[in-house]
Amino acid sequence: MKKIIILGTGCSRCNDLMENTEKAVKNLNLDCEVEKVSDLQQIMKYGVMMVPALVIDDEVKLVGKVPSVEELKDILFNE
Amino acid sequence: MKWKREWKPLVIFTAIFLVFFYLPVGNSRFNDSIIEAFRLTKWYAREHILLCLVPAFFIAGAIAVFISQESVMKYLGSKANKILAYGVASVSGSILAVCSCTVLPLFAGIYKMGAGLGPAVAFLYSGPAINVLAIILTARVLGLKLGIARAVGAILFSIIIGLLMQMFFPDNKQDEEKQAIVIPAESTHRPLWQNGIYFAVMVIILIFANWGESDRVAGIWYAIYSYKWLITGVAALGLAVILVKWMKVVLWKVIAAVVPTFVLALAFPQNPLISFGAGVIGLSLIINSTKGEANNWLEQTWGFTKQILPLLFFGVLVAGFLLGRPGHGGIIPSHWISNSVGGNSLGANLFASVAGAFMYFATLTEVPILQGLMGNGMGKGPALALLLAGPALSLPNMLVIRSVMGNKKTFVYVSLVVVMATITGMIFGAMF
Repeated sequence: MKKIIILGTGCSRCNDLMENTEKAVKNLNLDCEVEKVSDLQQIMKYGVMMVPALVIDDEVKLVGKVPSVEELKDILFNE
Repeated sequence: MKWKREWKPLVIFTAIFLVFFYLPVGNSRFNDSIIEAFRLTKWYAREHILLCLVPAFFIAGAIAVFISQESVMKYLGSKANKILAYGVASVSGSILAVCSCTVLPLFAGIYKMGAGLGPAVAFLYSGPAINVLAIILTARVLGLKLGIARAVGAILFSIIIGLLMQMFFPDNKQDEEKQAIVIPAESTHRPLWQNGIYFAVMVIILIFANWGESDRVAGIWYAIYSYKWLITGVAALGLAVILVKWMKVVLWKVIAAVVPTFVLALAFPQNPLISFGAGVIGLSLIINSTKGEANNWLEQTWGFTKQILPLLFFGVLVAGFLLGRPGHGGIIPSHWISNSVGGNSLGANLFASVAGAFMYFATLTEVPILQGLMGNGMGKGPALALLLAGPALSLPNMLVIRSVMGNKKTFVYVSLVVVMATITGMIFGAMF
């Protein structure tokens, strides 16, 4: 099972990414857990400086971007 | 009843009830203040939204899309040249960030993983203080002098404060195991000169569309004023050419947007807002239907608009209610304001910077608030002090900064900002 983490400080763009990712996971019927991390210290551990960011299995996939549901499906599908 | 869960709505209902129970409707001061709130908001809607803020949002959106963040972050990494890092940190706020929610992660990143304390603090200060939208609106509403003083002051402040922090805490040990910074991948590269022309064209549109009437009917400024729409139109045509040549927008779409704008400009020469509005709508439609960068540009622009406009709207309403417009008081008595921040004394400047440092200003709302304060007798010096200390600091963001760099450094940083804002305010107040 994949573990998906959204890094964000609570801005609106971060919530958008969370929503889109959840939709993409649902559309693909993936068995994934989508988690949100908003603590700055935690976010730093991933080496991320621009939020929102998408982390799949401890690997940073996206930084400072909010892709559409379709684009996210592509990213998740390739994993 | 489950009190643990239900106390919140109860408190809210009670509060609303009490507000309306004692609402001083009919009291002339209260009624006037309500009217002032609407007058001020109407004035913003008429004078600032379409010609000033809308183009400014497009510029901010373009910066987010077309200026590569990678190229900026390169100068703030752990191996960066220290002197260069200060310079880049002090101006990059205008490029990378518009609100403090994006500034803080970048600050923590530069501090922990990048160029270290000094440049991180320089960035932290300059980020919210010199963003493009804030400088443009300050210059437009509060006057060119204050706008320029704000921009220059913020850049100088950020470098000096950064250097002082590095001096006070030289043996700042960073984490041994440095995490590598993850930088977003680049999609396309556009030559610098193309970006330069593209941004220049948009800035020309912004400046000339807002060119104010001069007092005299002769001379160079008046000549520029009388041709302002012609110049704006030519620049807009330039933007149309750029869209076709560099951003891969199909020619017929651009023509379909340019023609109605042009026709409306000829049909309603007395009301340029109509043609300007048509141009904005046309631009939005054609970049929306063009895949890639162009579409991304609109998305970023809309993102900023969605984020900032509602807060600004409420900020203007509240500022109008509390402080009124220049020459018309709001609910707060004028003499309170002129007593505490009038003139250019040390006390007035200090009060303005301390109040600014702790208060939270949503992006851009400092402008209507200051406009109200100045209309009620606030001096120019204290106004600049508040502009320099205000947007960069607030109680909530101090708490986050504290969690990143600790009590002592946070205390020194806040004190530095307050002291320097006070001094600069006094100098500015004495000069103008």
